[in-house]
Amino acid sequence: MGENQATKVAMPVLEARGIAKAFGPVEVLTDISLSVMPGEVHAIIGENGAGKSTLMKLMSGHLQPTRGTVAIDGEPVHFAGPVDAEHRGLVLVHQEILLAPDLTVAQNIFMGRELKRGLMVNDREMNRQSAEAVRSLGADIDPTTQISRLSIARRQLVQIARALQVPHRVVIFDEPTASLTPFETEALLKVIRDLRDKGVAVLYISHRLPEVGAIADRITVLRDGKLIATRNASDLQPVDMARLMVGRDMSQLYPEREDTATRQNVLEVKNFDVPGYARDASFTLRKGEILGFAGLIGAGRTELFEGLVGLRTGHGEVMLNGNPVKFHTVRDSMAAGIVYLSEDRKGKGLLLAQDLRTNLTLATLGKFTKGPLIQRKREDNSLTKAITDFDIRARRRDLLAGQLSGGNQQKLLLAKMMLLEPSIVIIDEPTRGIDIGTKEQIYKFIADLAKAGKSVIVISSEMQELIGICHRILVMRSSRIVGEVTGDAMTEDEIVVYATGVKINEAELYSAGNA
Amino acid sequence: MSDTKTITDTRGLGRKFADLDKTAVAPFLALAALFLLGALVNPNFLSIDNLLNVLTRSSFIAIIAVGATFVISAGGLDLSVGSMAALVAGIMILFLNSAAIDGDTAMLAAGIVVAIGVGALAGLLNGAIITIGKIEPFIVTLGTMAIFRSVTVWLADGGSIAMKSIAMRNMFRPVYTGVFLGLPFPVWLIIAVGLLGAFILYKTSFGRHVIAVGSNEDVARYSGIHVNRVRAMTYILQGICVAIAVVVYVPRLGAATTTTGMLWELQAITAVVIGGTALRGGVGRIWGTICGAFMLEIVGNIMVLSNIVSEYLIGAVQGTIIIIAMLVQRTLQKKK
Repeated sequence: MGENQATKVAMPVLEARGIAKAFGPVEVLTDISLSVMPGEVHAIIGENGAGKSTLMKLMSGHLQPTRGTVAIDGEPVHFAGPVDAEHRGLVLVHQEILLAPDLTVAQNIFMGRELKRGLMVNDREMNRQSAEAVRSLGADIDPTTQISRLSIARRQLVQIARALQVPHRVVIFDEPTASLTPFETEALLKVIRDLRDKGVAVLYISHRLPEVGAIADRITVLRDGKLIATRNASDLQPVDMARLMVGRDMSQLYPEREDTATRQNVLEVKNFDVPGYARDASFTLRKGEILGFAGLIGAGRTELFEGLVGLRTGHGEVMLNGNPVKFHTVRDSMAAGIVYLSEDRKGKGLLLAQDLRTNLTLATLGKFTKGPLIQRKREDNSLTKAITDFDIRARRRDLLAGQLSGGNQQKLLLAKMMLLEPSIVIIDEPTRGIDIGTKEQIYKFIADLAKAGKSVIVISSEMQELIGICHRILVMRSSRIVGEVTGDAMTEDEIVVYATGVKINEAELYSAGNA
Repeated sequence: MSDTKTITDTRGLGRKFADLDKTAVAPFLALAALFLLGALVNPNFLSIDNLLNVLTRSSFIAIIAVGATFVISAGGLDLSVGSMAALVAGIMILFLNSAAIDGDTAMLAAGIVVAIGVGALAGLLNGAIITIGKIEPFIVTLGTMAIFRSVTVWLADGGSIAMKSIAMRNMFRPVYTGVFLGLPFPVWLIIAVGLLGAFILYKTSFGRHVIAVGSNEDVARYSGIHVNRVRAMTYILQGICVAIAVVVYVPRLGAATTTTGMLWELQAITAVVIGGTALRGGVGRIWGTICGAFMLEIVGNIMVLSNIVSEYLIGAVQGTIIIIAMLVQRTLQKKK
């Protein structure tokens, strides 16, 4: 195992020695020292804004530290940039997908380092090697497929394949599983174990604590730009990790489940189709109910609800409080009291380059106008109230939405949509990219909505959170609703069976068999 | 719950200065610099008469550019404004010549209404093709630019369309040459269009929607904004602004020719961009735009007054200005 190899080679391959980073007068990282040995997986965990990504950027040459040094093999180095770091065998797998959508898998994997035969690019060889690289990640993707035709999860895998194409001694993964399903996560963890067994040093950033416990040899916890602790993974349970990350006890992440669901149906959907994405979807939602939608990314959940609220074309029977309705545009569904919060906060939820006030009132400007005039004062009062009610933490009121942390952006988006005074709230990936502390607040908020007699639909790829907060969970697979789990049957195992058609221990077997 | 102290602003003056949006101030600083340059080159430059003259001549572009500010801050582009001006002028004069209504005053008033109607329709045409046809504004307005120009040439039979009635010409002329409370009438019109534009863009929900659409169309759509309607409306506003500019332009010469409005699109876009409006959308600055239009005219004026550079090179100088303005904007944004 990794620890054995770590003791064999005493010299850390990559080290941070008291590094600090300041942006202007604000120091975002203070005196961090950590190291990673060959054949070791060192996990970095911390809430959003704790400085994890900044630390990784410092260690991979994307940023220069304000103080302190980075050392390779014990020698202090100064990276001229990420390419320089790559030349020294240090690669960073980015959290965001950085691929050209119109090029093929192989063209992306070899972009900038194309294989040539004479003057021509050697497509055949690149396709062959790409297929192999992708297969070694446990996926089967035709290397001539265009990236734009792949699901987010598969794009992530291509990105990892591309990074690993460079000769590497240290690989840094920045939240690689954020968009992966359990099955794909297992496959990725296996790849990381393989890397480790080959003596590669791995730095691994993640929010998902059980996964960190499963893969890491050592764990470093960051909070507010400071290093809180570095421990052996065997000494830390997920509960302890959460406590160290948040700085308080996290015994109860999910609010106590209350039976707020009534028998009254507020929404009945029959045989709803969204061409290309969802087929024959039928379900009901009750007043006061929190209904979960589970499934793999690409199963059609997002598109089903975008179709339902009028954001894309969809057909089918929709009954709202017993009356048939048809939403031609999203404005219609908003007027009927249904709001949809996009999973893509930055791309579809908020205007990142505009301030908080503009964002807050964007969907409800009509309520803030007198004649043609927008009433700034009332907007400002509304923002003050939203900041308090939703605990939006902004350094200053005149910040741009893009300057908020992910968690505060989500709270702002919630505040914005709640101004529409909806009776049905559809939240897509409510806690994606959000720290634990904010997650807890959002779960409580969802529970409070149900308690207030509203109905909530939660679409999520985090099965734990669906199990933690929902009264009932529907599972989608390949455009169809394939199952419903309630009560004691709400377990990850049960959901995964429906979502993948494969039992979860098969996924584990698969990875064990290949390890 | 939330700690309210995070909301209070305890910054010093220096910080406030650093926060100042430099892209918003830059055009006015540049204008001040041009004033200085003009004064150095020729003492007559700073005379009230000269400055009012420059302002008056900048009125066509300033008014058109206010419309272009809406189009561009919503993420669009309109290359057809110059040809559109020629077409609107042509149709307006043909209507005036038809003498369809008794009485010159009524005829003139009707002519203005016709001009504004034609401008709004031309804008609607652009907006409809762009939104319904889902075609790039660049291509659509490149097409309509050619169409408007060509139709004007056809209407003018290759020559010019002139106002026939001398009486009506004399009656109409003060719209360009007249002075009211010490300011030429076109200057009042710039102020009025600027005030109205600023009111719509900054104070109304339509203006907010324009900025939202230009900032991120998806977010606007997911927020329940009728994106196509907002977009089309910006082109209609642009058409109306073109028509208002035409109403000032026609009395000046009393005619529309095949070269009327030539390269006005370039000048209008230049004025908008050097005024600090982002070409990618999401930021609109009405007063910056007007300042930009004024700057373009001042540069020409200085060239005429100085004799250092041939005034035939005015296009080259204006072209250089737009490139420099973009570079300055880029640098200022990077610093942010």
